[in-house]
Amino acid sequence: MSAITRVTAGIQHLGRRVIDGTSRLGRATLFLARLVPGLGAVLLRARLIVQQLYMTGVLTLVIILVSGAFVGMILALEGYNTLVKYDAQSSLGLLVALSLTRELGPVLTALLFAGRAGSALTAEIGLMKATEQLAGMEMMAVDPLVRVVAPRFWAGWIAVPLLAMIFTAVGILGAYVVAVGALGLDGGVFWSQMQSGVSVTNDVMGGLIKSAVFGFVISWIAVFEGYDAKPTSEGVSRATTRTVVSSSLAILGLDFIMTAFMLRGL
Amino acid sequence: MQMKSMEFTVGLFVVAGLLALAMLALKVGNIHVLGAGQTYAVTADFNNIGSLKSKAPVTVAGVRVGEVAAITVDPITYRAVVTLDILKKYRFPRDSSASIVTAGLLGEQYVSLSPGGSRHDLKNGGKIRITQSAIVLEQIISQLLYSKAGHS
Repeated sequence: MSAITRVTAGIQHLGRRVIDGTSRLGRATLFLARLVPGLGAVLLRARLIVQQLYMTGVLTLVIILVSGAFVGMILALEGYNTLVKYDAQSSLGLLVALSLTRELGPVLTALLFAGRAGSALTAEIGLMKATEQLAGMEMMAVDPLVRVVAPRFWAGWIAVPLLAMIFTAVGILGAYVVAVGALGLDGGVFWSQMQSGVSVTNDVMGGLIKSAVFGFVISWIAVFEGYDAKPTSEGVSRATTRTVVSSSLAILGLDFIMTAFMLRGL
Repeated sequence: MQMKSMEFTVGLFVVAGLLALAMLALKVGNIHVLGAGQTYAVTADFNNIGSLKSKAPVTVAGVRVGEVAAITVDPITYRAVVTLDILKKYRFPRDSSASIVTAGLLGEQYVSLSPGGSRHDLKNGGKIRITQSAIVLEQIISQLLYSKAGHS
């Protein structure tokens, strides 16, 4: 008897999780549908976007520059040690450039952005909700969606592709420094192999499209989780964690799907 | 004042992002400088193109003068027909020859042109008659093994 009750309770628990997840997805979609048409009203207050670009983009720049340089240098060292076995170290530039433009640049930037800026967005909006600042705005007939949420969303979306391009460029420069400075490769070969193998339309634009999609998804998740958070300190902390977890999973899942489409020649 | 310096850094950030994109497009990638109308097309038949791919460079004395536009198979002769787009400013005699060579042991393959001595130039739609196929490493090795076996 008790075994049956336990099984029933387990199934009930599973059902509640599914219903919760689905309704959360529904709320997020409705939220996005309210957010996007407000673009006109946000553009009238471009100053707010500039301010948020500073908070999300410029302040994330340091971690992006440092990680980009190190990732490039590591790729150069690792790649060199493998390629030199086949006497193909002249392809090092190509290896580094393709890895960075196609995958590592967009994905690592998005993951770092989710941790550095996405969590901050959620915490900020969630705390505004918990301290009833959003309700206060509504009392003053100011739509918090336009005044608070939308500038953060659009600024995040703009910032991620820019950061990804900077990450990739810095990574390639870091790889160049290691390959030419420390490992003694020829600089001309490094660049020419890269130029003959990297296609602007496929690789560079593909990376740009990926990072734009990531930026959209991270910003969406971050502002939604903040807006949807339970207005308690525990609720805000949970929402912040959820932002990082779900955007990281979304980034990696979407990356796989987009890569599969791009490799088939979208 | 603080708003101004913030606007300045944001502007700098956007400029840095766009500069990085420009660097990726120009320095890392290969924006094709060969625009339509600046090239003329000639074809060359090869017995075997190895692993030549379209967009591979066409060179003369190591200098890039064009690129491979298309690779098809002639349905009658079963030879590979390679279409080469060559920059209009370069003219080549009609009896020039084309060969497929490899950059390094494992490098990419490209088409190398050797100018002939004819007084007439190749025209758009012309055909290079003297060609040399790609060297396929496996064939050379099997030939070598075969000749070794013949000696012993």
